[in-house]
Amino acid sequence: MMREIFNVAFITGLLGATLRMATPIIFATLGEILAERAGVLNLGIEGIMLMGAMTGFIYTLGSGSLWLGVLAAALVGMLLALLMAFLAVYLGLSQHVSGLGITLFSTGLAMFVYRLKVGSPLVPPTVQPFRQVAIPLLSKIPIVGSGLFNQYLLTYVALLLIPVISILLYKTHLGLKIRTVGENPFAADTVGVNVNLTRTLCLVAGGALMGIGGSFLTLAHQNMFLIDVIGGRGWISIAMVIFGNWNPAKGALGALIFGLLDGLQLRLQGLGFRVPFDIFLMIPYLMTIVALIGVSRRASVPAGLLKPYRREEKGG
Amino acid sequence: MMRLRIVKRPPLPGWARIAIPVAAVVTTLLLSAIPILVAGANLWQSYYHLFRGALGTRFNLLETCVKASPLIFTGLAVAFAFRAKFWNIGAEGQLLAGALMATWIGIYWTWVPKFLLLPLIIVAGFLAGGAWAAVPALLKTRLRVDDVVSTLLLNYVMLHILGALLFGPLQQPGSSWPRSSEIMEAAKYPFLMIRSRFHLGIPLALVAVFVLWFINTKTVFGYQSKAVGVNLRAAGFGGISTTAVMMKTALLSGGLAGLAGVGELCALQYRLILDISPGYGYSGIVIAMLGGLHPVGVLFSALFFSVIIVGAQTMSRMTGVPSYIAEVVQGLALMVMLIFLLLTEYRIKVARK
Amino acid sequence: MTEASPPVVEMRGVTKRFLEVTANDAIDFTLYRGEICALLGENGAGKTTLMNILFGYYAADEGEILIKGEPAELGSPRDAITRGVGMIHQHFTLVPSQSVLENIIIGKSAGLFLDMAAAREKLIKLQRRFGLQVDPDALVWTLSVGEQQKVEILKALYRDVDILIMDEPTAVLAPVEVGDLFKTLKTLVEEGRSVVFISHKLNEVMEISDRILVLRRGRLVAERKTEATNTQELVNLMVGRDLLERIEKKPLALGEVVLEIRGLTVEDDKGLAAVKNLDLTVRSREIVGIAGVSGNGQTELSEALFGLRAPAAGTISLQGRLLAPGSPAAAIEAGMARIPEDRIETGLLMDLSVEENLILEKHAGDDFQSRGLLRFPSIHRFSEELVKRFSILTAGRDALVKSLSGGNLQKVILARELSGRTVLVVASQPTRGLDVGAMEYIHQRLLAEQERGSAVLLISEDLDEIFTVSDRMIVMYEGIIMGDVRTNEAVREQIGLWMTGVKA
Repeated sequence: MMREIFNVAFITGLLGATLRMATPIIFATLGEILAERAGVLNLGIEGIMLMGAMTGFIYTLGSGSLWLGVLAAALVGMLLALLMAFLAVYLGLSQHVSGLGITLFSTGLAMFVYRLKVGSPLVPPTVQPFRQVAIPLLSKIPIVGSGLFNQYLLTYVALLLIPVISILLYKTHLGLKIRTVGENPFAADTVGVNVNLTRTLCLVAGGALMGIGGSFLTLAHQNMFLIDVIGGRGWISIAMVIFGNWNPAKGALGALIFGLLDGLQLRLQGLGFRVPFDIFLMIPYLMTIVALIGVSRRASVPAGLLKPYRREEKGG
Repeated sequence: MMRLRIVKRPPLPGWARIAIPVAAVVTTLLLSAIPILVAGANLWQSYYHLFRGALGTRFNLLETCVKASPLIFTGLAVAFAFRAKFWNIGAEGQLLAGALMATWIGIYWTWVPKFLLLPLIIVAGFLAGGAWAAVPALLKTRLRVDDVVSTLLLNYVMLHILGALLFGPLQQPGSSWPRSSEIMEAAKYPFLMIRSRFHLGIPLALVAVFVLWFINTKTVFGYQSKAVGVNLRAAGFGGISTTAVMMKTALLSGGLAGLAGVGELCALQYRLILDISPGYGYSGIVIAMLGGLHPVGVLFSALFFSVIIVGAQTMSRMTGVPSYIAEVVQGLALMVMLIFLLLTEYRIKVARK
Repeated sequence: MTEASPPVVEMRGVTKRFLEVTANDAIDFTLYRGEICALLGENGAGKTTLMNILFGYYAADEGEILIKGEPAELGSPRDAITRGVGMIHQHFTLVPSQSVLENIIIGKSAGLFLDMAAAREKLIKLQRRFGLQVDPDALVWTLSVGEQQKVEILKALYRDVDILIMDEPTAVLAPVEVGDLFKTLKTLVEEGRSVVFISHKLNEVMEISDRILVLRRGRLVAERKTEATNTQELVNLMVGRDLLERIEKKPLALGEVVLEIRGLTVEDDKGLAAVKNLDLTVRSREIVGIAGVSGNGQTELSEALFGLRAPAAGTISLQGRLLAPGSPAAAIEAGMARIPEDRIETGLLMDLSVEENLILEKHAGDDFQSRGLLRFPSIHRFSEELVKRFSILTAGRDALVKSLSGGNLQKVILARELSGRTVLVVASQPTRGLDVGAMEYIHQRLLAEQERGSAVLLISEDLDEIFTVSDRMIVMYEGIIMGDVRTNEAVREQIGLWMTGVKA
């Protein structure tokens, strides 16, 4: 079996699978990093991804256009994030519970709307999914070429977003504002930065990314909608944010590791590896818990995370 | 441009503690009209079938009670944990742990005297749920790992443990589905009312409500758990061993969720399947919040949700509104309750610039 | 600066209410160009609130504001900054994990990308002009408090602020740093800028200001030219009566050693030694005061004594018995009454009732529980008796603690701590933020404990308090004891030198 693992086809296939499986997590992790850097923990992520998956699918089913589906998913993500902003930023409700409320609501809503639109046919409907696009020269590179450079467009977008978000956070004025709002909202307020608006914008942008990440699962990776299509990937992304120390590149790295493990267990399964399927499925979750333990020791958490910002609290 | 100003308000009188959840419930029901209308159904008919389906006949009423039993347990579990600020989002996994333990004993421990089997299962299921909650509690107190994320992730770990077992050693011989064999007769919860599924779990749940109320108000542990939740640092300053209290809280909380799992297995399913819980653990969060983290509040809140869940099935059959409306209502209720809770402490002033 | 210069700020009839409290009551405030105007008053008089309104952080309920002759609608600090008003709060608005440069340029956008080079140049020019030297690339958490304050001032100057409000700026500075600050302020006003200096420290106000406005309980009670008034008059205006407490201290014979600290080293949150190899003894019937600017290890020392922080080295013994480190329960058991400096965060359970707070340390004892069940009759008797004995102003034992005022909060803590067999009282900043009446009450209680036979350790930034209450005083600087004298032999200048690290 070892010989089979180290053969070219296996490695190529694995590389390709890694990027594919990591894509939705990269989107969601980047979206969550934006929100958390501004000081808001968005636990609505799992629900938003599901709504994104459902909305994208239904829209594509109806319109025939995949990209419109992705756009619809992004818009839905933004709307739900706006609701989160209303609850957690403007009303200052507990971020934990607001987020969970959004997830529960979105989950219910996704299933409700799907059932309404599609009913309960014996054979669930499918769409014609995205096709993978090969980058002309690069995909010819031996061994890694057809794995890395023959991917869905959305995957390339996700990868491009990593440096974009990094530059945004660390090299622009907006990024400095976001980081200050997340570390010390009082400091940001006193220099005239609109704390609530900044947080809302970050949430909404993050919501769009989360929605897109969800739609990837129903429009590219698979071509149908199932209730458990997200399967906890939203929570994995939350963990990846912590794993990556709130840094976009490191968070994406965590997502890639997850993708690698996910791809690996599928392939090893195919080779007749005799460990129960489910044990493998457990590994990403256990890995993230271990990562959480290691990472909790470092004080890189944005200091303003989880605290609603209100001015009139102090008196006299 | 409009600006929202959140201003502190003077404390509300005592009756507000009841009025607020009631107002939240009414508001939620009103908001649920929107999805019903979107589904193209007649509003009055839908509500009629909802309530009739849940409360209209003897059978329906008892079914609603049956549905309430696991919800009361998970609601109590989450409420007690949240009260101590142990953010137990893992009630779902703890429920599964309880069900798993009940399955194992209920199928294989044939050597136990019949009259002891059920009590043993109940105690073991409680401990299994408690143990599964102890893991994130330990991670939180010793290693400062965020409990929201860890309890959440462990739900999925437990789900996969179940999967591995149900496709493996626990799988019913001869079956290709992930399901276990049936548990022994002596392990099944007795039915308490004829022509219904009203089982032992319901009075057990009521007993649990009383026990939790007693713990909260009359015991040292209840006081300590509350103090730790109000201000961890000050509680520690005052000499309370916060780690021990947190661990005990987690054990009790997980144990209650485990009992929900035991009930589902031993009263309704009789065998372990992967979707033994349609999200009772998560519903517990909404129920706990709506109930103001108070045991009696949890009781009423659980009843409200079981009405919605049971009623939604009938409503779906009669008016075509997808039964998932129950989940939508659940999410709505949580958000509405949060807003109402805010309004108990603050007023919202809209200032126009 | 002359009276003939036009006012740069006029606030007319400004009123601000928080729930039932009127923090500012129809205040008229004028600030002239090129002056340093002091806002004087006790804690809670309304000085910070008034300036927060000028800064746009709060919105006034009534009144109008004119800045440089123009009516101003100040909905947020951004509006104030645009008009040239800047405020440096008591709690610094800096991000510790970011650099000085990043902290200063936040919010000053020019284009999309951060241009650090241009910003650095501008900053260095400013630094040279005003003599405020700080390394632009240093991370803020590595700077001393005085240096952080300089960053705050630079932040304001970077934005061309010409009306600078400083809220209790000297609270965290050592005497030498105060001198630097005053030099900076004088430079600023020479250029035509104006400064509002909020303080409750009379000496400093007399030294630095041109004009003084006195606030008491939300009202403006007096306005004086600094050269035309004196400390005594100001004190009377501030409190309406003589400030100086008359403490009758009977000479008491010292008893046995109660508290013995040997070689204590305590690390702070960053792992640096905040208390370095400290030795200290306190005897029964003795009040020892630890003076020093906050941030020199007092917090860590108190935390070690309270059991909140395990020391890295050394021992603490009470009545000859070693105290188990890092255990609040052990400290309680050994008879230590502890008054923490942060009474809300550390000392109280705000959302619980007075009774529930009073039994916090004793609820597990045999008096109040049996076999895990609380014994309510005894608990009720206990709490009611304490409320009476300590004159805690509250609706009842079931009232939530968060409904109590500052002085009463401290009374709850005192009642809880001093109601058992106390042998040592450790009070850390016990009168911070309290009015004079509450302060006197606490001092009386400490003296009563002393008479009862307890040893008392008082840690305080308020030098007046130390001089008034303690028999012996110790100065802490950067974790070590600089000096140890009997209070009646102490010389203020010597103490001041010790507080800035000058030995001998």
